Amino acid sequence: MSVSFSFAGEACQPLASGALWWPAESTLFVADLHFEKASHQAARGWLLPPHATADTLANLIDAVEATAVQRLVCLGDSFHDRAGPDRLQPETRRALMMMTRNLDWWWITGNHDEDAAAVLGGRVMREARLGPLVLRHEADPADATPELSGHFHPKLVIRHRGRHIARRCFARSATKLILPAFGAFTGGLDVADPALQAALGGPAEALVLDGGRLLRFPVGCGPHA
Amino acid sequence: MLAAAAGGRHALLTAPTGAGKTLAGFLPTLAELATSDHEGLHTLYISPLKALAVDVQRNLLTPIGEMGLAITVETRTGDTPSDRKARQKARPPQILLTTPESLAILLSAPESAAMMAGVRRVIIDEIHAFGTTKRGDQLSLCLARLQKLAPALQRVGLSATISDPESWAGWLAPDADAGAVQIVRAEGGADPRIEILVIDDRIPWGGHNGRWAARAVMQQIAAARLAIVFVNTRAVAELVFRDLWAENDEALPIGIHHGSLAPEARRKVEAAMAAGRLRAIVATASLDLGLDWGDVDLVIQMGAPKGASRLLQRTGRANHRMDEASRCLIVPGNRFEYLEALAARDAVAAGELDPDGFRPGGLDVLAQHVVGLVAAAPVHPQALYDEVKSAAPYAGLTRDVFDRVLDYAATGGYALKAYERYQRIVTGRDGLLRLRTPALARQWRMNSGTIVEAVAMNVVFGSGKSSRHGRRLGQVEEYFAGQLRVGDSFMFAGQVLEVTGFDGADIHVRMGRGSPKVPVYAGGRMPMTTRLARRVRGLMNDRTRWAGMPDDVREWLAIQDRVSQLPGLDDVLVETFARDGRWYMLVYGFAGHPAHQTLGMLLTQRMERAGLQPLGFVASDYAMACWSLEPVDDPRALFDPTVLEDELAQWLAASPFLRRAFREVAIIGGLIERMQPGVQKTGKAMSVSSDLIYDVLRRHEPDHLLLTAAWTDARGKLTDIARLAELLEQAHDRMSHVRAAHVTPLAVPSMLTIGRERVGEAADSALLREAEALIAEAMRVD
Repeated sequence: MSVSFSFAGEACQPLASGALWWPAESTLFVADLHFEKASHQAARGWLLPPHATADTLANLIDAVEATAVQRLVCLGDSFHDRAGPDRLQPETRRALMMMTRNLDWWWITGNHDEDAAAVLGGRVMREARLGPLVLRHEADPADATPELSGHFHPKLVIRHRGRHIARRCFARSATKLILPAFGAFTGGLDVADPALQAALGGPAEALVLDGGRLLRFPVGCGPHA
Repeated sequence: MLAAAAGGRHALLTAPTGAGKTLAGFLPTLAELATSDHEGLHTLYISPLKALAVDVQRNLLTPIGEMGLAITVETRTGDTPSDRKARQKARPPQILLTTPESLAILLSAPESAAMMAGVRRVIIDEIHAFGTTKRGDQLSLCLARLQKLAPALQRVGLSATISDPESWAGWLAPDADAGAVQIVRAEGGADPRIEILVIDDRIPWGGHNGRWAARAVMQQIAAARLAIVFVNTRAVAELVFRDLWAENDEALPIGIHHGSLAPEARRKVEAAMAAGRLRAIVATASLDLGLDWGDVDLVIQMGAPKGASRLLQRTGRANHRMDEASRCLIVPGNRFEYLEALAARDAVAAGELDPDGFRPGGLDVLAQHVVGLVAAAPVHPQALYDEVKSAAPYAGLTRDVFDRVLDYAATGGYALKAYERYQRIVTGRDGLLRLRTPALARQWRMNSGTIVEAVAMNVVFGSGKSSRHGRRLGQVEEYFAGQLRVGDSFMFAGQVLEVTGFDGADIHVRMGRGSPKVPVYAGGRMPMTTRLARRVRGLMNDRTRWAGMPDDVREWLAIQDRVSQLPGLDDVLVETFARDGRWYMLVYGFAGHPAHQTLGMLLTQRMERAGLQPLGFVASDYAMACWSLEPVDDPRALFDPTVLEDELAQWLAASPFLRRAFREVAIIGGLIERMQPGVQKTGKAMSVSSDLIYDVLRRHEPDHLLLTAAWTDARGKLTDIARLAELLEQAHDRMSHVRAAHVTPLAVPSMLTIGRERVGEAADSALLREAEALIAEAMRVD
């Protein structure tokens, strides 16, 4: 039961967890894992449930096992802060390092974590190219190359029949595809927000996976917006 | 009052508004301070409103000045400048007027022990207004701490007329020992004059809030000196305000006052009222408390009053003098509301007020309080337990639950060794609890309080990049703001505003025209009380009373009697009929809107399982109406009360109620940082979503303290499960089922709301798909 859409001429499959599977390149993309966000907050006195990192990792492993993935690309902010990797639970650290050994693992650096993940193995880079796509953490409005990025944690907000519904979504325009945040605790930004609109740089749509169906919502106009 | 004070007893004074309660409360203090020396703080006065504290200060200084006494009186609220606050701690006045929130913060300071050691008396004003809420829980805990710091402390409660002073005495007293409180009842002045507005013997079929009578209400305002027009919600305040202005031929000055207006806007209206520059003010419960607003000689209640106590208190706002009768005019919105108004008038005349909903104290409030106490001074867990147990709402607190609360406050409540280094509270070698770092105390002060506002955006008049340049009109909730786009217009503070832009947490507006949207606020509608419900049923069945009712209502009841049946005194009438290819079922439960809403969910779920294909439902205080493709031939089977708990648990877990409740307990309980009002984390979404935390907790820590607390709140407050359970029992035992040939008179008000209100509670998923299809259709260009 997989759905697929086309971006820059490539067939892509969005997964319910927020990952993007690119069969042609056997590559899985995730963005904004924000590992160890809870412990970061805990150190500041906000005792958030510590399970988020484990949950995020479990979802990652599920996604890896569900696809014949050979390469995994994390599009930035994989850790909530630079000292995140030091706070990982031993089991989590071991599991991650095993994954970075067994897969062609790419850490794209984000604004929160920069190159902190390097200690866990895999390759670290600010940007990368893969086939026709450029990969970076935050969308670059000046670049017209088809681009995959994260950073904004897009979410669709709909008000219908007096109810307020919010769902993580993929946001895409002609040349830009922004992934939702994969991490368990990360809040989202309304896809209609001016910052996101500017990043997308043109007419866009929000893609939401519901059950086995891919729902599409035009962004920035229409009765729901 | 003086006798009670002399005897060293606590006291509860109940009196109608205008009886000089506050001054009576202070009399023993003034007497003591006049005849003896006292160093430092002598009396604390707690009021639920900052403005009230300021008002009382003004009122106290007059007699103090006249008596030539050298007594220092100061206020301390969120508005007090920090240098004065510091000085108050070092050199406190003899009388300090403050709020529950400010008191809690004061008690979290190490200096509080010295400051409070000499306090002789604490006076709590308007105790009925907030005692049964989480605010009351916090105050009660603070009283317990005060009693410990000053063991000879005398507690004084001041209250409007209430139905059960004994219960309130129990709430006020240490260890819930009502016998330790002397109850002083001031005899009432002139009886209130309550009338119901009826024009030409006609009352509308449907609608609420009496907006149909705008012209007549305007005439009443013109004939009075100063009128308060009470409405039941903020949205209605805007609508009624507009309706009145549309009829305001003489251009009389009319103001509006509700909780979402900016404090400056509210102060301006209050000042205008006190100065006699207004002829009427449209207000919500924001104006419910006993400030002296000026020469009000008429109170108008738009829509049914919902409770006799509330009606009496609101009526008491007119004529703040004991000897003159307060006048109140109720404007019913429909025929049911007429009966409710009549019932309320009867209840007030009979002195039958509403019972207060005393509930066990919130665990989230306790968790917050515990951290505050530990911040003040190291304390032993056993001593802490004994102290909080002496607060009435926590009298039933077991040591086991207390330990859970303490564990949560200290560690977050997770079974994870890795979090030990982040603990907020640590146990020393002396066995005493302390905060791990001083920064935690500061964090506590920034986030303390039991009031949690819905996330809101500021409404700012004029252009300009930040709210510093524009004039702040007030706030609208994010829920409503999320559907606004540039060019949309909405009603606010009585004006039509057009959105010109957004900037972070601000919505920039200018004067607009056209048909505006009306902001929706999450603040609940108060349901009709059980006592009023009983009286309404009584009125329907007492034909001798029909003669005195308007023709419309009498006719309505008479035809209902012929065509179907009148609801009895304690049965549950269920009507079924077909209309336009649908089957309708009306359940007249009189159990209040929240209970009926939950009932609708429950019944449609059961109907779904029974293959009856339910399509939706609407709920009101009087009835629940649902419709389906198949008829309900055996309604009694649907009301089986045995599996209620399980079904409710499931539904509640999936509904937004539990999540909403969780957000509140997570903020009060100190798990999530409080959003400072009007400030939004702009740009990247780094905020922590309470929904996501809720999901993680449900998965990994299903017995977490905050989940328990959220569950308790959702069950009680939001869904009125108790009333629903009672209704189900009643329906199962005493149901009258009428198979009507067509719509019945009693069904009409419900039928009229269908299509106007939101339809049932379909799953998010279904709504999402429907929305997508709708939009796609709308956007089609062929």
